[in-house]
This record gives sequence, C-alpha cells and structure tokens, in this order.
Amino acid sequence: MAVKTQNPKAWLFVLPVVVLVAFNALIPLMTVVNYSVQETFGDNVFFWEGVKWYEEVLHSERFHAALLRQLMFTSIILSIEVPLGVAIALAMPKKGFGVSVCLVFMALPLLIPWNVVGAMWNIFALPDIGLLGRMINGMGIDYNFTQQPLAAWFTTILMDVWHWTSLVVLLAYAGLRSIPDAYFQAAKIDGATPWAVFRFIQLPKMKRVLTIAILLRFMDSFMIYTEPFVLTGGGPGNTTTFLSIDLVKIALGQFDLGPAAAMSLIYFLIVLLLCWVFYTLMMRHEAQ
Amino acid sequence: MRRFTWLVPTLYILFLMLPIYWLLNMSFKTTNEILGVFTLWPQEFTLENYAKIFTDPTWYNGYLNSLTYVVMNTVISVTAALPAAYAFSRYRFLGDKHLFFWLLTNRMAPPAVFALPFFQLYSAVNLFDTHIAVALAHCLFNIPLAVWILEGFMSGVPKELDETAYVDGYSFWRFFLKIFIPTIAAGIGVAAFFCFMFSWVELLLAKTLTSVAAKPIAATMTRTASTAGYELGLLAAAGALTIIPGAFVIYFVRNYIAKGFALGRV
Repeated sequence: MAVKTQNPKAWLFVLPVVVLVAFNALIPLMTVVNYSVQETFGDNVFFWEGVKWYEEVLHSERFHAALLRQLMFTSIILSIEVPLGVAIALAMPKKGFGVSVCLVFMALPLLIPWNVVGAMWNIFALPDIGLLGRMINGMGIDYNFTQQPLAAWFTTILMDVWHWTSLVVLLAYAGLRSIPDAYFQAAKIDGATPWAVFRFIQLPKMKRVLTIAILLRFMDSFMIYTEPFVLTGGGPGNTTTFLSIDLVKIALGQFDLGPAAAMSLIYFLIVLLLCWVFYTLMMRHEAQ
Repeated sequence: MRRFTWLVPTLYILFLMLPIYWLLNMSFKTTNEILGVFTLWPQEFTLENYAKIFTDPTWYNGYLNSLTYVVMNTVISVTAALPAAYAFSRYRFLGDKHLFFWLLTNRMAPPAVFALPFFQLYSAVNLFDTHIAVALAHCLFNIPLAVWILEGFMSGVPKELDETAYVDGYSFWRFFLKIFIPTIAAGIGVAAFFCFMFSWVELLLAKTLTSVAAKPIAATMTRTASTAGYELGLLAAAGALTIIPGAFVIYFVRNYIAKGFALGRV
C-alpha cells in the first residue's frame, strides 16, 4: 500500500458516519453515565450518589458470578468454534458447484433471527417433543435442559456452535482462497507433509482473517442475550444467566437504574479493554 | 484419507440442517400431533399454521416491518460508509486512527447497555415506533462494520487507479461513482450482506424501539408465544418463514461473497 496523502478535507467524507454513529452512541452513553451516579425514587427526581453504584456492582457477588459464567462461556465457544471452523474450511471443496452449495447452506444459520434460533433449539432439544432431547434420552442418558444445569450449558454451547461456527468457516475459507497455487506447488516439490503445509503456508495466511473471526466471536459471545434467554431464560436457577441477561433483569425487570447503569459501564469497559488488546495485537502484526 | 475430506463439510451441513428440519417438521403439524405423538414426519400434514400467518395482518405485517427497516438500514449504512471508508483507505487526517477505533468500539457495545437510553432518546425525538428509528439505531453497529469491511476492500485497490483517472481529467465524484464503485462492487455486496444480516437478526433494540406500527416479526413471535399459550406449530411456521429472506439474500450474493472473500479482508 502506497503512502497515504495528508488531506484535512477527508473529514468531510467521514462526517455523515460520525454524525450518525455519534447520535446513536454518545447521547445514550451520556444517559447511562448520568444514571450511574444518581439515585431515583421515581417522578424524575434524582439525587447525586457519586461512585456508590460502581462500588456496589464491583463488590456484588451476583456480578462476579455472571462475569465468571460469561468468561467461561466465551472461552468454551471460542475453543470449540475456531479449531472446528478452520478444520471445516480446510476440508471444503476449492472450486466447482460444491463451493456454492457449501457457502449457501453454511451461511444459513447466520441469517436466522436470534430469537428464532433460541426457539428452534428449544423445540429441537425438549426432552419430550424435541429430536435432540429424544435422541439423547434414547441413548440412556437422562437429559432435560430445563432442569439440569449441565444439560442447559451443553445445549447453550451446542446452539452457539451451530449458530456461529459458519462465520469462522467463511472467514478461514476466504483466507485460504487468497493463497496462490504456486505456494502449494512449491511445497509439493519440496516434499512438504500436509502438517507442514498447514503450519507454514495456510496458517500464516489465515492469521489475519482468523484474528477478525476471533474478535467478532469474542465480542458477540460476550454480548449474547437473545438466544440463551429464549432457550433457557437464564435458568435453571441462574446457571445460564450471562452478563446481558443479568443486566436486562436489573434494568428493565427491577428498574434499578443506578446499579444497572453502573453495571452497563463496567461491562462495556471490560469488552472495550479486551477488544483493545486484540486490536493492538492485530495492528502490531499488520505493521510487521 | 484425501478421498474422505468431503465427509467433513457434508457432516457439518447435516448437523446444521437438523434443527431446521425439525422446525419445518413442527410447522406442518397440528398442535395435537406435536404434543401427542412423537413423529419424524407430519402424520396429518397441515398448512393451517402458514395460512394463519398469511391471513392475519398482525403476523404478516411483522415481516413487512422487519424487511422495511432492514432495507432502510442497509441503504443508509452502506451509503454513509462508502465515502468514509474511502477517506480511511486513502488519506491521513487529524485523528484518523482514533476515529477508526472509536467507530469500532461501537460495534463492541452490548445492545443491552443501550436498550433503555435508546428508548428514551427515540421517544424524545418523536421517532418511537417508526421504521426509521430501528434503521437508525442499527446504524450503531452496522456503520462501523460497513466502514471496516469497505476500507479493507478499498485498500486492496491500487492508488494508481485514482491517479490515472485524475490525469485523464475525471472529477473526483465522477471517478468515484463511475470507476471506483464498480471496481469494489464485490466489497459493497459483502458489506451490504453483513448489514442486512446483523439488522435482520437483531431483536433487542428492534423490540425496545417499537410497539405496534413497526413491530418486527421476531417480536410478534415472542408475544404470541406467551399470550396464546402453547401454539408451537404456529411458532414453528413463523420461525421457518424468517429463514426465507436470509436464504434469498445468501443465494443472490453467494458469488460476490466467494469473490469478495478472496479479495478483501472479510
């Protein structure tokens, strides 16, 4: 890429985007900041509370538990979806009719509204009328995701793998397609093993798209709300209550605006911090 | 070993299709059959569930509402993102890197955080329960994504293309519309696909910002599920119908995606 030219007028090009995003981002964000430092008893009367809500949230066991569940869920789905997605992308056909068929079918789960995904998995996994529930119980395993925490986790994770692995597949496949054939021919002449081809040609070429895939999957799984909410309602008990579900329960269920706002900001900062780490690593890699 | 690689994608696609098959299976059954007997195929095949959706305006309007705001959002997001992405890919200007990262942070904001303030903001500007409100709200995460994707595609186009056009006497906008946009058509296809996708599947904000007039289909489904009891067949039929627009879009952009993926960063 050639050197970019200095052009202050470029601001005019980005202005529409800045206005649209700022309207949607800054005003709501300021509202949240405002709530997070005040107490209200209704009637739009507010009292200054300082950092009280922040302290409360940071010391609340409920928040710690939800955060822990969230971190566990995100690491589990990342460690399943990324290797699985890469493996499937490697096995996909490289040209011909098969490519279109694979792309169309694999992209399908990505375009189903999230609550439909939840509802679909609900009726798919119900122990009495669902195919999956029947199959697992038929194998002699007692399975009921509405009552057993372990089964609820298993179903939620399986649903997420079903829903999002395709994103990793599509991105990894895109990375693979950008490798010129000459590389593979050279590897063949050198007598490279399939593992060596993967390790020294395919993996480095996929690094960039995989970073994007991991970043997107990390962000989206950290914000997951609708699918587990429809599937399990956060239950049984609190076992699948992830951060967003907990937040909506506090904000819209109990209408505790102060604590909910403080929690929102802490939650947002955690996502932001982790993404900043990813982003910096990605940019550093790109600079090399 | 090599001969069996086709098994991997085939098994994966089978796994993807199982819940969808089950949903379709349910949608053609009567409620009695769903709750009464366990069958892999509808015994009393019925189209009643679908008939109800296509004749009841509260149902089919849900689809129209969803499609309306999704299309609005895709058009707004891509149109606004095009010049911005060009600026990011071609020019250096004050605060460009910070601006780019700030845009991306909005893709990272959990919608649950903004649900309540969004409701208040759009009520305050009198846009509550309109299609444009949802379309604008979805810009929060779709514009950053569109800028990100388009910037990747544009950076792949050599700068010499711009310079040659200026030497040939093209004005900026003529070059941009006549030469540059056709060059990155695949990128626009991919960006539009992702905007459509994330706007179509999002429910939390869409549900918060609407009550009757612009209610999305996904929200209609949750309401019916809770008030009308256990009408699983109807729910399944409504769910099955939400898959169709996505399938259409994928079918039309599949070549763009294959080509676009190979070209750009996404």
